[in-house]
Amino acid sequence: MEVITSLVIVFLVAMVTNNIVLSTGYGICSYIGVSKNRKSAIGMGCALVFVVFMASLVSYFLEMLLVALNIEFMQTIVFILVIASLVQLVEMICKKFLPSLYQSLGIYLPLITTNCVVLYVTKQICDVEAILIAAGVSGSLANNGFFNFLFAMVYALGTALGYFLCITLMSTIRNRIDYSPVKRGFAGAGIALVTTAIMVLAIGGLSGIF
Amino acid sequence: MEKKQSLLKSFTNPIFKENPILVSLLGLCPVLIVTDTFDKSWGMGIAVLLVLIFTNVCISLIRKIVPNEVRIPVFIVIIACFVTIVDLLMQAFTPTLYESLGVIISMITVNCIILGRGEAFASKNGVLASLLDALGSGIGFFLSVSVIGLLREFLGKGGLTLTNPFTGQVIFSAYPLEDYAISFLADKAGAFLMLGIIVGIYSYVRIRIEEKETKKLATAEVK
Repeated sequence: MEVITSLVIVFLVAMVTNNIVLSTGYGICSYIGVSKNRKSAIGMGCALVFVVFMASLVSYFLEMLLVALNIEFMQTIVFILVIASLVQLVEMICKKFLPSLYQSLGIYLPLITTNCVVLYVTKQICDVEAILIAAGVSGSLANNGFFNFLFAMVYALGTALGYFLCITLMSTIRNRIDYSPVKRGFAGAGIALVTTAIMVLAIGGLSGIF
Repeated sequence: MEKKQSLLKSFTNPIFKENPILVSLLGLCPVLIVTDTFDKSWGMGIAVLLVLIFTNVCISLIRKIVPNEVRIPVFIVIIACFVTIVDLLMQAFTPTLYESLGVIISMITVNCIILGRGEAFASKNGVLASLLDALGSGIGFFLSVSVIGLLREFLGKGGLTLTNPFTGQVIFSAYPLEDYAISFLADKAGAFLMLGIIVGIYSYVRIRIEEKETKKLATAEVK
């Protein structure tokens, strides 16, 4: 029972209170670039959720191999290669078997390779205990191998959905900003960043409620 | 002569006219994360500059061998290698800076500026032009990161601390305005606000300059 509540807490903390964009600032390039309209924001969010989950699944086991071979300094190179080839693979599979999905996600897939969120999550799940402590759950739950894996996957999914939430929210806000008189020069990225500052404050008020 | 001019342009353009952060809005993640102190900001700027130079030259050297379909994975592995080298070097020679920067150094791998310059410029141009382009973009990044870091530390903490990255010794430290510090600017929300304001002002000035130039051209044509 304790495990299930902890899983929910880890998920919610990763998604809302420790939201990747609003509380750490990773993944901001695509967040500013793609949130111009709602449809592309949703497309980017969906593609990212999928890639983050797959990349975490693969890199979780690869990390075990790296530790066993004692070459942890290769982590960045191995993980980024996994992410880049995974993105390419997903693109090819989508193109061949799911043309309608490819039509809607196609242009955003190559962008995901350089999205900081993916590499950050894959690096983060190598230390499940730190994730649990950051979420305010007792770190001793990470001792069991299977639970460890479960927590890592839930964290990855929560973080990716947090990004999805954030980018969709921002795209709807920017939709309204387009109709407002914004000072010249600030229109576009400037006002989007200032708005994000206010969103950061709003999310900051929620910290510690779970 | 024309060739020399285009080479010079590939160096000067990315510093002001196409500044990677303030105009093209690439590679914003490190800007938000490291700019709370001036030391961290310029350390990050130097690290990105080094990686950018090495990768751009390397990509431009192999641009004719790499097949088009797999070029992005190849480029990104090259970038990851140089980032790992810089990461290990910083761990060895600048331990205090390394500790304060943390995981963000290995995140240079996914910095959009580096893959962006490699893909858009180095994979199509010669070695010398790519080197100059990397220098220009790197200096553009360095300047904007340092300015944002300086402003945030000065306004947010009321003073400035400079440390020698190799020894960790404090060279200069003064907090004359500590009582009047706007601590909000040292927080995460302050980072977004500061960046937003700077981007806004920069593009406002840019628009004004462009308008003046077009006006000048128009009046010259009338005459």
